[in-house]
Formats: sequence, C-alpha cells, structure tokens
Amino acid sequence: MPSALINVPAKAKRGDIIEIKSLMSHVMETGYRHTASGEVVPRDIITSFACRYNGNEVFRADLFPAIAANPFITFFTTATESGKFEFEWLGDNGFSETASASIIVE
Amino acid sequence: MKLVCLIVMAGLLAADAFAAEIPSAERRSGYSFMTPDTRAMQDDDTANPGMLGVLDGEKLWNRKAGAADKSCADCHDDARASMKGIAAHYPAFDKALGRPVDLEQRINLCRANHQQASPLAYESRDLLALTAFVARQSRGTKIETGSDPQLAPFIAKGRELFMQRQGQLNLGCTNCHDDNWDKRLAGSAITQAHPTGYPLYRLEWQSLGSLQRRLRACITGIRAQAYDYGAPELVELELYLMSRAKGRPMEAPAVRP
Repeated sequence: MPSALINVPAKAKRGDIIEIKSLMSHVMETGYRHTASGEVVPRDIITSFACRYNGNEVFRADLFPAIAANPFITFFTTATESGKFEFEWLGDNGFSETASASIIVE
Repeated sequence: MKLVCLIVMAGLLAADAFAAEIPSAERRSGYSFMTPDTRAMQDDDTANPGMLGVLDGEKLWNRKAGAADKSCADCHDDARASMKGIAAHYPAFDKALGRPVDLEQRINLCRANHQQASPLAYESRDLLALTAFVARQSRGTKIETGSDPQLAPFIAKGRELFMQRQGQLNLGCTNCHDDNWDKRLAGSAITQAHPTGYPLYRLEWQSLGSLQRRLRACITGIRAQAYDYGAPELVELELYLMSRAKGRPMEAPAVRP
C-alpha cells in the first residue's frame, strides 16, 4: 500500500483558518516518455484528489501529467467543528487510496 | 549550453592547478546552498517526499523475509533506539570481508546472513526505503565515519580517487568540490560534496536515490566510465567523502534540487 503523509493541526479555535498538507506516494508517469527501445511508457498518474470535512467536500483537484511525482497538495479551510478530514486519491490503473485525520475545534 | 559551460569550466580549472582542501571550519552541507523553499521542504516532515520512503522502510523493517522468516525488528527491535546514530558511522569496516561496506551493503549482508533472503537490488524502492528508514534514526547525529583505524588505507584510496583527474573532461572531484564550490555550474550551485543526507530525495530524480547514484551521475558528467553499483571504488569514495564531512550533522532523508 502506498504511503501518504497528512498534516492537519490537531487543535484549532472555531473560525480559525487552518492549513492542510498532503503528500501522496506516486510515480506520476506522464505517458510521454519512451524506453530505450522506443516503446511508450504508459501513463500512470493520479487524476483526482478530494478532501471532505465531516462529509462535506472542502477541496478538490484534478491532476494532469505535468505534475511531479509524489504530489504535494496544500490548501486552507476554516475550522468549523471537531471531526474528521477524509482524503481520497484516484488515478490510472485503478489507483484508489484514502487517508484521514481528526481535528478538535474548541 | 551545458556543454559550453563545462568546457569553460574545464579551461578555468586547468589554470587552477593547485587543489586545496577546504578547512574543517568552512565545510558546509549542501543544505546551505539551497533556496529557502527547498530548505522548507526538507525541514517539514510532512512536506519532505523522502519521508514517504522512511514510512515504506518502517513497514519493511517489521516484515518477515527470507528462509529464516525473520524481520529486521526480530533482532534489532525498535530501530528508533537500536539504529540511532548508526548511519553516521557508515561506510564501516566489515571484519569478515576485510573491507568497508556502506549502509546498503550492510542491509544486504544482514539479509543474506541472518534472514537468508536474496539481496535487494541497488536503487530498488525497497533498499532505498530501508536505508532511508535506518539513516533517519541518525538525523542530527554528527558524522563519525572514519574513526576506525582499520579504514585508513581505504580512506586514502578514496581520497586518491577524489583527487584523480579522469574522463574526457579530465577533471577530478576536487577540481569542482574543493576549488570551486562557491561558484555555479550551468546555473546550479557546485557545493562542497558532503554526503550528509543520503539516501536523499532529489527533485531532479523525482525519487529517493543513493550516494552511489549521485557519484555515478557525477562521474558520467565528467565523461568518465562510471563504476558499477557496489564497486569497491565507489564505496571507498563514499568512505572518503563521509570522513571528509566528519562533524557535520546527518540530515537523511535530505531534499536536494
């Protein structure tokens, strides 16, 4: 199973703007490269990333071949209530990974 | 463009025939040559892609392997305690072989002797991950490589190779990394070549890579024939470089541009 690194503040005050960081292990093979014998290396990338905060989607991104290996995605959201952030990465060849992190909002 | 720069550099270097070692107090990690952005990436464990390798390595550490059906953890327990500071002594002298071995070779020797498992290929994901996991436990430890007196002849051989001009460009490592480390080559900082953070994540590679990969790339860059992975010459060069970096803190897994 590929590794993911998630950074969500453990605690925040209600209304705080918090930064969420995510790093997913993936080769992000563009599909534009060739082997020494001239064959195309098939595309293998993550195509979408989404983050849900207590079930509500707060961030979504589509990914394309020009994105480097091990995509690092960071974004901001407002801390509204205690609960869970769920992350989902989908990609070529049935790639599907999830991760989660919890937050306490005071 | 790169070629022109190299030729200009070669001309400059030929004029500067006297190689001088960098005084110990002025030795600086490649980290200090990086942009603030790249430093920030290395410093934050949730932004440093090398940490993905460390996570993979931790899983492998606890996974049983080979005919002996033993994991690394079965003998060494918690790596956070047992592997603390270990990487800062590598390459180290191996009594059975009578020569120095680097961390990758030590892991493979352990696999062969204690796990009865097949060796992991150089630059394979698994070997890099395990090495990164072990090296991570030495972060902040000062490099001690070379304190073993049995290593002295091998350090001398590594030093000789470092000083030796070779390849079509007729350059030795020293011509860039001792004499011109404060300059730039094709837009990039040359640096002093202290291997403080291997295996490290190079943005250019988009993956973790070993010091041997870095050395082979440099040797190809001066248009010499690169030694094979695991060649004694590369280990001696690693050994010399680590002993030259003595006292610098370990950064593994580092990030480099």
